[in-house]
Amino acid sequence: MAATEQTVEQVRAVTEQKYKYGFTTEIESDLAPKGLNEDIVRFISAKKGEPEWLLEWRLQAYRHWLTMEEPTWAMVDFPKIDYQDSHYYAAPKAAKDKPKSLDEVDPELLATYEKLGIPLKEQAILAGVEGAGEMPAVAVDAVFDSVSVATTFKKKLEEKGIIFCSISEAIREHPELVRKYMGSVVPYSDNYYATLNSAVFTDGSFVYIPKGVRCPMELSTYFRINASNTGQFERTLIIADEGSYVSYLEGCTAPMRDENQLHAAVVELVAMDDATIKYSTVQNWYPGDENGKGGIYNFVTKRGACRGKNSKISWTQVETGSAITWKYPSCILQGDNSVGEFYSVAITNNYQQADTGTKMIHIGKNTRSTIVAKGISAGKAQSTYRGLVRILPKAEGARNYTQCDSLLIGDKCGAHTVPYIESRNRTARVEHEATTAKISEDQLFYCRARGLSEEDAVGLIVNGFCREVLKELPMEFAVEAQKLVAISLEGSVG
Amino acid sequence: MLEIKNLHATVDGKEILKGINLTINPGEVHAIMGPNGSGKSTLSYVLSGRDGYEVTEGSVTFQGKDLLAMEAEERAAEGVFLAFQYPVEIPGVSNTTFLKTALNAVRKHKGLPELDAMQFLKLIRAKAKALNMNDDMIKRAVNVGFSGGEKKRNDILQMAMLEPSFAILDETDSGLDIDALKLVADGVNSLRSPERSMLVITHYQRLLSYIVPDHVHVLAYGRIVRSGGKELALELEAKGYAEFGSPEAA
Repeated sequence: MAATEQTVEQVRAVTEQKYKYGFTTEIESDLAPKGLNEDIVRFISAKKGEPEWLLEWRLQAYRHWLTMEEPTWAMVDFPKIDYQDSHYYAAPKAAKDKPKSLDEVDPELLATYEKLGIPLKEQAILAGVEGAGEMPAVAVDAVFDSVSVATTFKKKLEEKGIIFCSISEAIREHPELVRKYMGSVVPYSDNYYATLNSAVFTDGSFVYIPKGVRCPMELSTYFRINASNTGQFERTLIIADEGSYVSYLEGCTAPMRDENQLHAAVVELVAMDDATIKYSTVQNWYPGDENGKGGIYNFVTKRGACRGKNSKISWTQVETGSAITWKYPSCILQGDNSVGEFYSVAITNNYQQADTGTKMIHIGKNTRSTIVAKGISAGKAQSTYRGLVRILPKAEGARNYTQCDSLLIGDKCGAHTVPYIESRNRTARVEHEATTAKISEDQLFYCRARGLSEEDAVGLIVNGFCREVLKELPMEFAVEAQKLVAISLEGSVG
Repeated sequence: MLEIKNLHATVDGKEILKGINLTINPGEVHAIMGPNGSGKSTLSYVLSGRDGYEVTEGSVTFQGKDLLAMEAEERAAEGVFLAFQYPVEIPGVSNTTFLKTALNAVRKHKGLPELDAMQFLKLIRAKAKALNMNDDMIKRAVNVGFSGGEKKRNDILQMAMLEPSFAILDETDSGLDIDALKLVADGVNSLRSPERSMLVITHYQRLLSYIVPDHVHVLAYGRIVRSGGKELALELEAKGYAEFGSPEAA
């Protein structure tokens, strides 16, 4: 019997035993058996040594999930997911499944790394080569010694009282904070995927910025050495206390090798009085091949609560990967004068489908929100902007500005805009602008007549189209994102 | 420099160029004049390699190479430049980004090192100043919100940066008032050199008072029907194109 199967058997035995006798046995295995039930939820919780209240919360979520239906309103089409056919807990992948060296990695993946200018060592980590991850992964960073960066970084943060760790560590070390805030923005009953996540999340990031502290550097999962195997149900919680500031970067411009098809993450942000959170994402999960085979389903719930007055939450996302994207980073503008922003670029090529947008819920007085969404479709892809601007009765003087621009490349793709606006306050002002354009033959020829190849021309034109969003990204991220925009559209013309 | 032999070309299956012969030597400025629909713009697109213009017969040799075998971007890199009748807008892409990408693509083709941001900025500022263009104009998105005159000057700035050996000016005078025309013509004249040839396409003699050609050709209904010196332009201005017939006769 192969080692993995044996392990599965052992775990199954253990969990069944638990069912009869209570959950006391020490589990040594790293892989939960396939399927989802209360025992698996208990298994995950026990594996992570969680307190009783969290297990209860997970179980509540699981029981609620059983009563829910998968949402069907999004403009995406995919075969039904068999939720019993997955492993819900897998500690770092078994070494025997990993490629032994870069020679065993898909050459197309490597070609993309090459174009992004990623150093070899880092390529190996991203591709999941066995042993490669033992050296701490720090992206963008060929210059610095990554170990020292990570160390000085941790020290600097501790001096300021900033907590930045995995959510598992936070549950152990700072249970009072986690208990107070987790589920306070995205409750366990929120939606099908978020509820599933609440039941079975395995890891993620936790950030707490104390009162009056300006986080001295961009926080990124890159720097958290253990973060590379957080798995498919990530849970992130960021709290910015009064008068604090933090900029958080999520994701990676390089396509990640990943065998989990379904990703259902939850991100919760809480901003107190006068606090600002800037959350930037570059998502480049495997989109499937040019025939639409394979690829990640990215069903993510991201929400920020501007709890305090004058607080601000800004989402910037560049979405180029995944076969299916279902994602609506939102802001609940509760505090008076609070500000919500959403800047988004969603690029779909081949058979990719993206249904993405935002919700801005105006509750407090003089709350303001800005939405700039750019959708680019090529090949046979479908891209939808779906947004909700809701002004509640007490939101005197609320303002929203929404701009949705779609760019089509070729004649087999689609772009759709679905804006919902609900205003229940007479003093509110809501603006919506939408455009749809195609890359013109004139523009392409103009560029080529100046010496640019067709692909470079498309990259340049699309980057121009996305400029308002890309400029919101932190500098080093923006440069990579520009390259990524061009690469993800390769082969879309001509 | 450039040798066009018996060039025939069709657009959407319709023959527009019906056997053009033209030789341009280094440093020469040739003007092509002709009535609407004579094939002037088609000639400029065929030479610069635009898709949709099909060459059915003949050859074009540029500096000893078969020009027609090259893609548009290769021609640009080899030193062919087309100043557009209607320069195109590219929203969100700054002039500097656009030109830096273009210049480095051309330099790469020539085996020259790419310019870094500082070297490039120094160069573009100097060239822009010579064309009376301010810093603001070079930072703005390519041709977006530019007046007609500004767009044409912008094209000439691109030419000054890319330093082609052969430039085609396609109705550069269209839509320009006299002051703008002078500015553009000054820019073009400053780029004249013994190594650089130009083909100036225009309806009117007016432009040729500012950019004085060595040779003038009349293109009518797909053929060059007459060639002469700069005085031919004046004669055409006086008599019009009537003597060269009508499309039916061709």
